[in-house]
Amino acid sequence: MNLEKVVFAFFVLLALTLNFGFVMGEMDNVHHHNVYELYSALFVSLIATVLKFGDRTHIGAVLLATSLVADLQLIAAATVWGYAEHVSDLGMTPERMADVVALSGGALVANIASVVILIIETVLVRR
Amino acid sequence: MPDIVFLVLRRLRRPLLVLISAYAISTLGFTLIPGVDDQGRPWRMDFFHAFYFVSFMGSTIGFGELPYTFTDAQRFWTLFSIYLTVISWLYAIGAIITIIQDQRLRRVIAMSGFARTTRNLREPFHIVCGYGDTGQLIVSELAEHGSRCTVIDIDEDRIHRLAIEDFPVHAPGLHADAQDTESLLAAGLRHPYCRGVIAVTNSDAANLKIAITAKLLRPSLKVYCRSERRETAANMASFGTDSITNAYETFAERFSLLFHSPSMFLVHEWITSPHNEPLSEFITPPKGKWVICGYGRFGRALHARLEALGLPVQVIERNPEATGAPPGTVKGTGTEAATLLEADIHHAVGIVAGTDDDANNLSILMTARDLRHDLFTVARQNETRNTALFRAARIDRVMQPSRILAENILAEILIPLLGEFLQLASRRDEVWANLLVSRVSGVVEDRAHDTWVLRLDEQQAPAVIDQMKEGCEIRLAHLLTDPHDPARRLRCVPLLLHRDGVGRLLPEDDTRLMRNDQLLFCGLPEAEDDMRLLVANYNMLNYIVTGEDRPAGYIWQWLSRRRARAGSAAG
Repeated sequence: MNLEKVVFAFFVLLALTLNFGFVMGEMDNVHHHNVYELYSALFVSLIATVLKFGDRTHIGAVLLATSLVADLQLIAAATVWGYAEHVSDLGMTPERMADVVALSGGALVANIASVVILIIETVLVRR
Repeated sequence: MPDIVFLVLRRLRRPLLVLISAYAISTLGFTLIPGVDDQGRPWRMDFFHAFYFVSFMGSTIGFGELPYTFTDAQRFWTLFSIYLTVISWLYAIGAIITIIQDQRLRRVIAMSGFARTTRNLREPFHIVCGYGDTGQLIVSELAEHGSRCTVIDIDEDRIHRLAIEDFPVHAPGLHADAQDTESLLAAGLRHPYCRGVIAVTNSDAANLKIAITAKLLRPSLKVYCRSERRETAANMASFGTDSITNAYETFAERFSLLFHSPSMFLVHEWITSPHNEPLSEFITPPKGKWVICGYGRFGRALHARLEALGLPVQVIERNPEATGAPPGTVKGTGTEAATLLEADIHHAVGIVAGTDDDANNLSILMTARDLRHDLFTVARQNETRNTALFRAARIDRVMQPSRILAENILAEILIPLLGEFLQLASRRDEVWANLLVSRVSGVVEDRAHDTWVLRLDEQQAPAVIDQMKEGCEIRLAHLLTDPHDPARRLRCVPLLLHRDGVGRLLPEDDTRLMRNDQLLFCGLPEAEDDMRLLVANYNMLNYIVTGEDRPAGYIWQWLSRRRARAGSAAG
């Protein structure tokens, strides 16, 4: 058993589940989406990215790319949320909420891709 | 370049993880701890404010409690967060500084910088492996000729020395083991402009490895090698190394030429010595008994040559058993009078100080001179920095391995026809060599001379090609005429004419020249300048060939044609 692989798989999968949990619910309903969930999804996603630093394999590079995409999407979602709450005069409207969920939905796709690649790698490398 | 990114990223993994975690924990804490707003109502920080506060807290402690004054619970958490984030930052910054100072990373950065410089070279260059005495001579001489080099040496100090050297063209250097295929590739082994590899490290094994790597990865590349052992030389030759120089053998061979064919010796000496050295006066060594101190690679080579000449040789060696010295060898270094007397110095005509220690060699010669002042002295000088000492000792012949190596390799690179000339010349006899010496010295007198190659093609001699196209016969005598004063001859001697793969020694003046002929000349540097001017200037050459002063411009050409026509019509 390779501890590095365990830790990495844990973070990648956790990023996916947290992200999924956040996206679940009515898209523009503020009450269906928890800010702490978005926060932890972003944190876990960042950790997963850093864990892939320095991997020279081709699959490692693709995983780095997908988790970077997830990071970007989640940071964009968090920025939109912060902007809506604190900068815009209207506050958090259903439209803004839909934007946040849409952006994290994109991150969800990237996270799914990460998990799929991870599974493929696990199947390919039989050790 | 990608190597550096990967190396840095890998090393930065842990500091980044620590930093992200510290931020995440602090921010999360602030959003969870209840506080009060300015009116005393219960209030909780949201992520936006929490992240804002944590971001400036780490760097500017005491900036203020925002947006409302904190409760004690929040202050408690702030206290904890300050230490957490500050320590994380210190750790991360420390890690980054460590990475920057890391020797391995620095080497990778140096290597990739070197490889990039090499990759961007857009003119022919050579790879020089080993920047010792020989390497330095070769690089500086090639740079002097505007030819570029990339240098690899295993000693970092030498690469630093190269970096501060003030050459006319920049020579990038890499501190690495040249036996590594990686470093040879970084130096441009596969580069389309790479012309050759020069392996002059002080290890035969390393030179062999470099030669075989170069020949395997790029068989068409020229490989010039230094070799000190016969077995290595044979090994190098077996896979097609283009030039193998053994300084000791070369010197011994030349030295034996001095005995039976001094003019031939002079021919060799002149032609391979780099420019700006006047013809050296030389004394023929006496025939008689010789004493050789030190039976190493040099002593052995010289011993074999002198024996072959039929001269009696007495060897002095500190360790006769280990070196396999001939029977009758006197044991000792030769620095003491007793050893020299035992070797019967009183009946000798010459002494060779051939140990691998410069101080010992000088001491041997001084002691020997004390015993007998009329000895012919030969010394081996191992290090270039001792040149002043050896010059002051007024030794008849100094053998400097690095110089011989550099001269031989440079001659082959800069004047490719030279090897062919020397090969053809060595088949001739002493009478021929005498003739050549008198011709060259008649032209050059006692001034510094130069050797150069002229190729009759569009690039080097456009005027000659134009004349040939017009059907003019260009003879060698034309090229030897002074363009400024056609009555005079340029002060140079044609040594070799190379046509269609065949070389002809000392071509006659009335030899008709053809396109793509290559000519090797020896003469004064001014003669080369004049000759290059002549073969590139149509009008000058035309005047010399036809004796007519041709009008240069179209109008004058047209006028002169008209006049000629009018003249013929009238006549």
